[in-house]
Amino acid sequence: MANHNTHSNPNVRHEGTEHHTEHIVPIGIYIGVFLALVVLTWVTTFVSTIDLGRLNIFVALSIAIFKASLVLLFFMHVKYGTRLTKMIVLSGIYWLFLLLFIVMMDLWTRNWMGVPGR
Amino acid sequence: MSSSVDTTVIDQTPAARHHFESLEQQKDASTIGMWVFLITEIMFFGGLFMAYFAYRQAYPAAFASASNKTTLWIGAVNTTVLICSSLTMALAVRCAATGKKNLIVLFLVLTLLLGSVFLGVKAYEYHDKWVHHEIPGEHFECEGCTDAGHASLFFALYFGMTGLHATHMIIGAGFLIFLIIKASKGAYTPRWFTPVEMFGLYWHFVDIVWIFLFPLLYLIDRSGAAK
Repeated sequence: MANHNTHSNPNVRHEGTEHHTEHIVPIGIYIGVFLALVVLTWVTTFVSTIDLGRLNIFVALSIAIFKASLVLLFFMHVKYGTRLTKMIVLSGIYWLFLLLFIVMMDLWTRNWMGVPGR
Repeated sequence: MSSSVDTTVIDQTPAARHHFESLEQQKDASTIGMWVFLITEIMFFGGLFMAYFAYRQAYPAAFASASNKTTLWIGAVNTTVLICSSLTMALAVRCAATGKKNLIVLFLVLTLLLGSVFLGVKAYEYHDKWVHHEIPGEHFECEGCTDAGHASLFFALYFGMTGLHATHMIIGAGFLIFLIIKASKGAYTPRWFTPVEMFGLYWHFVDIVWIFLFPLLYLIDRSGAAK
């Protein structure tokens, strides 16, 4: 495959002109996020052994959502990504929310009115 | 200008293809393509999470007693191992972006090792379940479980979800070996390391899936049903 294009002669370095996506995240941020993830893993493990009643599931899932957000924003560079990337990520999360929420609305409310089928 | 030198430059750091304006645009396109793939993966796993939530709310007692059959500290240690592998993966991408070629290989090898440790621990857990007849099917047994029939549903979801997750890790390990070979030949430079970065997204995604599997399969119902 010949490279006939004039836009990007491979011998021409484009340094300084095209490095918006090449955001180099400081190593301290990676270490900080890593430590937060490890600490939260053990916090959520120990909290799960304490009986908080119905709060247990909310604590466990809140910590999981927070941990996932840290990975998403820093390890996966969404924080430094283009707006289009951010929109695509959000739309994916939104569709997952639709799936879970609409089905659970059905299941939670199904026997409120004694509808057969459960 | 020697043409042989030009060829190596093209081979090792592919320039922007003719339909892209610049390397930056080409990389943005790769990133978006990867994210669209990951969204299909979110929906793929999402179906299983949906099944989990639906059956958990239908048979809460069975799920609570069955989930207490998992070993808490093994799950927590394995989560920590996976988070470590995510850190080494993020550092591998960073080294690729800053041109530290030897360190890319080192961090990719560490990622592969930690991923293998995770899979090894998972295999140990599967073996433990096998020994205790906690595999859904004809010989399923669940000592001390309330409603053993629906407890087997929990284990079906347990094996389905962790199995699909482990499959993703095995596929990821294959890609890691490929990347390690390429990186050791110096294929990735700060100008072009898209494969390392895109694989990083995949690996972190698999980590996120586990971040949700861990509380749902190991943690929830731990305290109440233990008594």
